[in-house]
Amino acid sequence: MVYEKVQEKPAPITSRGIIRWLRENLFSSPLNSAMTLLGFYLLYLIIPPFIKWAVLDAHFVGNSRADCTGDGACWLFIKAKWDMYMYGFYPLDLHWRPNTVYILFGVVILSFKFIKNNIAKIAIFIIYMIVTYYLIHGGAFGLKVVDTNKWGGLMLTILVAGVGIIASFPIGIVLAFGRQSNLPIIKSVSVTYIEFIRGVPLITILFMSSVILPLFFPEGVTFNKLLRALIGISFFQAAYIAEIIRGGLQSISKGQYEAADAIGLSYWQKMLLVILPQALKVAIPNLVGSFIALFQDTTLVLIIGLFDLLAMVQLTSTDTHWLGFEKEGYVFVTIIFWVFCFAMSKYSKSLEDRFNTDLR
Amino acid sequence: MLSLLRNQKVRGILFQLLTVIGLVAFLWYIGVNTIHNIEQRGIRTGFDFLDTTAGFAINESPIPYTETSTYWTVFEVGVLNTLIVSFWAIILSTVLGLIIGVARLSKNWLIAKLASAYIDTFRNIPILLQILFWYNVVLATLPPPRKSMEFLDKIFLNNRGFIVPRPIFGESGWYIIIGIIVAIIVVYFINRWLNKRQEETGEEFFFLPWGILILIVLPYIFYLFAPNHIVWDVPKLHGFNFKGGKVFSPEFLALAFALTIYTATFIAEAIRSGIEAVKKGQKEAAASIGLTPYQSLKLVILPQAIRIAIPPTINQYLNVIKNSSLATAIGYPEVVTVFAGTALNQVGQAIEMISMTMAVYLVISLVVSAILNVINHKMKIKER
Amino acid sequence: MEDKNIIEIKNLNKWYGDFHVLKDINMEVKKGEIVVVCGPSGSGKSTLIRCINYLEQFQEGSIVVDGIEVCDDVKKIKAIREDVAMVFQHFNLFPHLTILDNLTLAPIWVKKTPKKEAIKIAMKYLERVGIADQASKYPNQLSGGQQQRVAIARSLCKNPTIMLFDEPTSALDPEMVAEVLDVMIELAQEGRTMICVTHEMGFAKKVADRVVFMESGQIVEENPPKEFFENPESDRLKLFLSQILSH
Repeated sequence: MVYEKVQEKPAPITSRGIIRWLRENLFSSPLNSAMTLLGFYLLYLIIPPFIKWAVLDAHFVGNSRADCTGDGACWLFIKAKWDMYMYGFYPLDLHWRPNTVYILFGVVILSFKFIKNNIAKIAIFIIYMIVTYYLIHGGAFGLKVVDTNKWGGLMLTILVAGVGIIASFPIGIVLAFGRQSNLPIIKSVSVTYIEFIRGVPLITILFMSSVILPLFFPEGVTFNKLLRALIGISFFQAAYIAEIIRGGLQSISKGQYEAADAIGLSYWQKMLLVILPQALKVAIPNLVGSFIALFQDTTLVLIIGLFDLLAMVQLTSTDTHWLGFEKEGYVFVTIIFWVFCFAMSKYSKSLEDRFNTDLR
Repeated sequence: MLSLLRNQKVRGILFQLLTVIGLVAFLWYIGVNTIHNIEQRGIRTGFDFLDTTAGFAINESPIPYTETSTYWTVFEVGVLNTLIVSFWAIILSTVLGLIIGVARLSKNWLIAKLASAYIDTFRNIPILLQILFWYNVVLATLPPPRKSMEFLDKIFLNNRGFIVPRPIFGESGWYIIIGIIVAIIVVYFINRWLNKRQEETGEEFFFLPWGILILIVLPYIFYLFAPNHIVWDVPKLHGFNFKGGKVFSPEFLALAFALTIYTATFIAEAIRSGIEAVKKGQKEAAASIGLTPYQSLKLVILPQAIRIAIPPTINQYLNVIKNSSLATAIGYPEVVTVFAGTALNQVGQAIEMISMTMAVYLVISLVVSAILNVINHKMKIKER
Repeated sequence: MEDKNIIEIKNLNKWYGDFHVLKDINMEVKKGEIVVVCGPSGSGKSTLIRCINYLEQFQEGSIVVDGIEVCDDVKKIKAIREDVAMVFQHFNLFPHLTILDNLTLAPIWVKKTPKKEAIKIAMKYLERVGIADQASKYPNQLSGGQQQRVAIARSLCKNPTIMLFDEPTSALDPEMVAEVLDVMIELAQEGRTMICVTHEMGFAKKVADRVVFMESGQIVEENPPKEFFENPESDRLKLFLSQILSH
């Protein structure tokens, strides 16, 4: 038997459009409806008071503390202390130097879109790092030296996170290779290092590098506070990077190792030309995640006396002219951290999605 | 000779030899310098300091501590406080994480989005910032003791902490403990008997609520037989502060809340990925053979979801313990704050003291990892 | 073969959002009939049979299974699912339970059968499909063909009146397809009511009473196998047959 063709019909009104959506998603059962109402109530408790404090009643215009009269947020405090939050104690007239670093970073990233050669990219990045050092620290090309204890605020946070990830990377790669190795001593040294670092809190590593590290070297060798923190963070992060790269290495099928051996590559050639590039590609989303964690971990340096972005809140709110505005300070810093971290996690997610479709 | 160098095995041994020599040389270098520097600065070595008097006060301690206690006691107090705050944070964050994780998967769009927003918000704010926020912003707005917020005239909240009546058990404590043990045994045997009965006759019995009831009522019955009952140490306002009761200090509260809220986001994600990892077909197959939603959850979905969710969750518990070290920023007296902080400042023997502190965390990590491995091995889904 | 309709589908319409996935389906299945449903992917054939045991819900029309109407009533759904068994494309065995436990799960928890009896029933059907020796193994330790046979045994354990097969051999390696089809052919010859969504035309030719061709959500043509394969009437069926029978 053959049947006549049936025309398509639009769905019944209760099963399409916004009414259907409301029914299925919010009010599909008495329990569900109750939960929806509870959800709206929670939103009502949280959002309006916050908007009232942060926007409606807030003070955006004025010059001094006296202009902050009411209950709302006193954003003038942030305006007044903006330089501290962004640059710490860095001399005001030299702010162009870190600003140049930021701009150059954008330029470098942009140039990466056009340059294909990997070696060129690495070279450009190394040059960028050297330029950054001289710009921030000074001491050459006629640039005045700015001592590290004047570095602070968001600039310091970004610096610590950046140096941390860059320095921890090669150490992490070596450790990851070491852990995969067949040579028992190499493997046990790597495993011990990794498991030791991962078992202790970062703060103890920072204490160690602050207090114990100077003891390891003869009297003449000094480490300033910032350097000690950077060393601690780099060696800490290296262990976590190592595990992420190891995950990437393990996802490479044995056939790749065998093919590389079969065409006669040495161990280092095989690892650097064939295995590592593939492993890194797989590991990129996790590496970004690790960088987000590192970015958040930089806040710990305030415990050992460095003035990062978070430290600025306590510092600025004890100024006698601006006492008692910690709330604004904390909210401001929270927003900055949240924006950075959220943006990075969205980027990581898009990388993951792009990578998943690549694989197919 | 050269051909020997090309031999893979020989190269391997040579490479390792070089590494060992390098390491030893490095350690030697460090060792020599350290010994020299320590002598120069007059820092003592060894662990004798642990028997000397510490001489400073600690705000909260689960064991008796006075200013005449030794540094070893300081260490003990620190470790105990670490464990206490971690314990609370682990339990609370698991409960909260479970709720948020399940809410994230809810069919109710609003609830799922709220859970998602919670996770996205608190995951992207550094934990130290959250701790400081709770301590300096939220808890700082609490009223002074004379104007405390109160509940039922027995529970108080003010800027010195959260104060509740403290039960003094006396002998009744033992009765309760024995009651609990008996209740556990009773529940275990009833459960066994019910299972057997189901095997023989097929009849099912929903024992869970009854089991919980027994676990609560039986110890209470035992308690009623005790010679003396619980005496409550009720907090009372004396002058400017409260005396008596159990005080949860603002430092403890800030640390516990921040750790709970932060860790719950990760546990929620672990639970969510556990449940999502169970393939849709499993739910369909369970439904098509006639299991009720509760039965499919209990027999098919949860057993599989838990296998996936447990390792990351236990990892988060380790993170709670490690993150408790951030108490240093607000002065909660856990081991890093009192031992690697205050005590270290006085004694100066950084190597010994920081090593001891690290050892605490390492031991905890190793123990928890070992337990996790055992759990994983027992629950492994067997493959070809 | 009695002349009673065990499944009656009338004017069935289903939408996924705005997409009209099942259009005015009318179908009757008599007790003991073997119906094969085929068609290009996306034609709605899997969706159709999933509506029968309420794994999918529909907006318009009605389905009556053995006198019970398929609707939101929990009791009725339970009764229908005791009568109707389903075998899935991806087997969907429970990986954390042994083969034996996979089979005894429903008898013990749904039918409240004592364990010893449940095991007896389970072993009977495991022997029926030829897997009795694997009873204490876990699903991931078996091959695809063995897993699917276990899935069939699992659905036989409640002695269902109707069996639904959703592309049961599509996920199997070619050399294992035969062992599963053999079991299905034996079941068909025992007089069970079966609705099979499949591409295995040899199976259809051998045991089907009727072959139904679906495309774009509606039934285009249905006939006994002889007419279906030798004299396709509609152009769409002719095109489809030329595509799948060419190798």
